[in-house]
Amino acid sequence: MAERPDACALVTGASRGIGAATAKSLARDGWPVAVNYRSDADGAAAVVAEIEASGGRAVALGADVASPEAADELLTGAESHFGVPVLALVNNAGIAADNLISMLGDEEWQRVIDTNLTGAFRLTRRALKSMLRARFGRIVNISSVVGLRANPGQANYAAAKAGLIAMTKTVTVEVARRGITANAVAPGWIDTDMTADVESELLSHVPARRAGTPEEVAACVSFLASDAAAYVNGAVLAVDGGLAA
Amino acid sequence: MSVTTEQVETRVVETLASFGPDVSQITRDATFEELDIDSLDLVELAQVVEDDYSVILKGEDMKELKTVGQAIDLIVSRAE
Repeated sequence: MAERPDACALVTGASRGIGAATAKSLARDGWPVAVNYRSDADGAAAVVAEIEASGGRAVALGADVASPEAADELLTGAESHFGVPVLALVNNAGIAADNLISMLGDEEWQRVIDTNLTGAFRLTRRALKSMLRARFGRIVNISSVVGLRANPGQANYAAAKAGLIAMTKTVTVEVARRGITANAVAPGWIDTDMTADVESELLSHVPARRAGTPEEVAACVSFLASDAAAYVNGAVLAVDGGLAA
Repeated sequence: MSVTTEQVETRVVETLASFGPDVSQITRDATFEELDIDSLDLVELAQVVEDDYSVILKGEDMKELKTVGQAIDLIVSRAE
């Protein structure tokens, strides 16, 4: 923490899976962490408890990132709890509503875009206020391998995740000169609740022949949030066992 | 909230100076282009103005602004 300003981190969708692992990883790096959740208050409380048991600082903040008010609620909530600005933002909250595009309903399309892309946009816009003033910021957007490489049944999810990559790069060119970095991480098949229903024979398509762990994604987010990654900007880091290669 | 033009002018000059130009260059007639104040600097100026005077300047407002004086006048008129 010595080289960065007094600050805290906000991880959306952090009650389980990649978000939970990321919140714990950032806490180990010394960040006070706001653990956002939508519905799983118990999961978020468990993440907070684990961080605190390890000597870290964390707070659980409930909000649905698809709501227009969420960004302000979450940033204000984190900043008032820790008394320092949010200078690390991890846009991780995401949902899937899979269907072949011919069968994909407007509601399924919109719900996924609202959560996975629009939520990240509003949080980024709000977080940049403090980051610009601080001349420091770390934004990490959790995209997906399907933002890089097609997967049938996920037009909405893929559009949102590819959109996150394009937004990440745009943020980079707009604010890099203020000491702010924006990068995307593109996980492949990671062992989480979201992939619990995926047929395990699909693993044969993964060059590494295994699913990744949330911790393997979190380690990359920790790196991108660190001082060591100050010159990594606008990058897309695939964490997919070679799936997108 | 009532603020004087002088108060706003002081705050605007101070903020713009933090972006690089010398205070002596920041006159009412100076253009942002001459001062090498870019669009991101103006975003920050808008945030300072919002924090200090609760005046919200939108992107469309900022695009119209060419000189320091125009910015000061706009902020004062909105703050009244």
